[in-house]
Amino acid sequence: MLSAGPTPQISTEVWNFSVTTETGEVRRWNWAELNALSVERTTVDLHCVTKWSKLATTWEGVSLDTLLDGVETSAEYAVASSYGGYTTNLPLEDLLDGKAWIAVRYDGEPLTPEHGGPARLLVPHLYLWKSAKWVRGIRLLNDDEPGFWESVGYHNYGDPWREQRYWGD
Amino acid sequence: MARAKILGRLTWRVATVAAVRDETSSARTIVLDVPDWPGHLPGQHVDVRLTAPDGYSTQRSYSIASAPEGNRLELTVDVLPDGEVSPYLARVLSVGDPLEIRGPIGGWFVWDPEKPEPVQLIGGGSGVVPLMAMIRARETVGAQTPFRLLYSARGPETIFYRDELRRSSENGSGLSVTYAYTREVPQGWERPPGRVDASLLTQITWAPEQEPISFVCGPTGFVETVADLLVSAGHDPARIRTERFGPSGGGS
Amino acid sequence: MTEDHIDGNAAGGALSDVFAVDLTAATGQCSSCAQSLALAEALLYTQAPGLIARCPGCEEVVFRLVRGPGRAWLDMRGMTCVQFELADS
Repeated sequence: MLSAGPTPQISTEVWNFSVTTETGEVRRWNWAELNALSVERTTVDLHCVTKWSKLATTWEGVSLDTLLDGVETSAEYAVASSYGGYTTNLPLEDLLDGKAWIAVRYDGEPLTPEHGGPARLLVPHLYLWKSAKWVRGIRLLNDDEPGFWESVGYHNYGDPWREQRYWGD
Repeated sequence: MARAKILGRLTWRVATVAAVRDETSSARTIVLDVPDWPGHLPGQHVDVRLTAPDGYSTQRSYSIASAPEGNRLELTVDVLPDGEVSPYLARVLSVGDPLEIRGPIGGWFVWDPEKPEPVQLIGGGSGVVPLMAMIRARETVGAQTPFRLLYSARGPETIFYRDELRRSSENGSGLSVTYAYTREVPQGWERPPGRVDASLLTQITWAPEQEPISFVCGPTGFVETVADLLVSAGHDPARIRTERFGPSGGGS
Repeated sequence: MTEDHIDGNAAGGALSDVFAVDLTAATGQCSSCAQSLALAEALLYTQAPGLIARCPGCEEVVFRLVRGPGRAWLDMRGMTCVQFELADS
């Protein structure tokens, strides 16, 4: 499993997830509150930038449409941040319309810390480094802000179908 | 002189397998012939690159086991379960095959034969490989630097270079070798199987007052534990050099 | 301390693609906690799209190296004032 540092060990008792808008408004969920929302099941293909793909993986999670429902924003960009300090950026529209989830189960089982648990972002239409493991929050921004890999050579958008791996691809 | 060997940008070069030699049931020494090999320092490593017919390529770092000697270079490779590179190197590669390497690499985990201070080598499993290069280099240059090797392994069957280590430690040149077994011990062995601990280290390593330089190599957990124990025992952290090995490159 | 990292020493080959001097023995200061370290002593994470070296003291990132076809990217802002061993000419 890809990891840019020590694997964070976050208990669900202290875990929380927040959405912060460009004006500083914060919505926050603890583990119980997140799991009380509508949890969807989705089967998707994953594309890793190191060239492998894994087809038909099954996840359960809360759609970002649910979490962002009613949030007042005119932001066009988002940055997901993780326990352990990892960040990744993407256009806000790539989180909407059934394209992204905060995943809490993989293949019917809770996510282990090695697989990004308790919860990870799942954005299967982009390269897997965008699906931040150990996710703890999403900030909505007026201006784009390159994340951990996007600031050191990796493509800002990361569309696997256009093989957008590196800067300029 | 020694310094010149670590200067310069490195490029990939093609070595040829000159011989292979089994060390244990899962590990093998590969003798490479490398045209224009610039020489190396004991403790340095090389990167090995394998490329599949479809262009997919992957690389790993392997410590050099041999003392500097002309165009010859030896690596000892242990098969890792689920390894991507090691099973090929340790089981498939044959005499006459080409192998892409880049090196020598590293100026930190190296022993300088001109330094007089006693040397403490502590290896876990195949972490003994770069330490063996130091022992061999010491012999090649005829140095009398006091050396102690503590070699921790799962059991007697997993020990590399056993006969050579016996000969080198019995020739009166000042090398002592101690084995510590973590899972299985030979019959009549004085210590029950177990991990290297504070009492064993105190018993067989140089005292901090003798200001040894320590080289510790092995799996990450082993190196962390041993380095912490050495510091607790009063050794200067600046005189402890470590090399951890673990998963490397690609994968998921 | 987790066991998923190796030593910065293992980045020597990748760095030698870029630098004419050996960088593993180079020393510098962590920008976050000011600890002095040799690059060889950094905690190196390789199971990732690039190489990431972290400070053994505070675990902040000291350098990142990404290698793409025909290109490389290096970010060393986590390490200040790197000192190299260099022979006098």
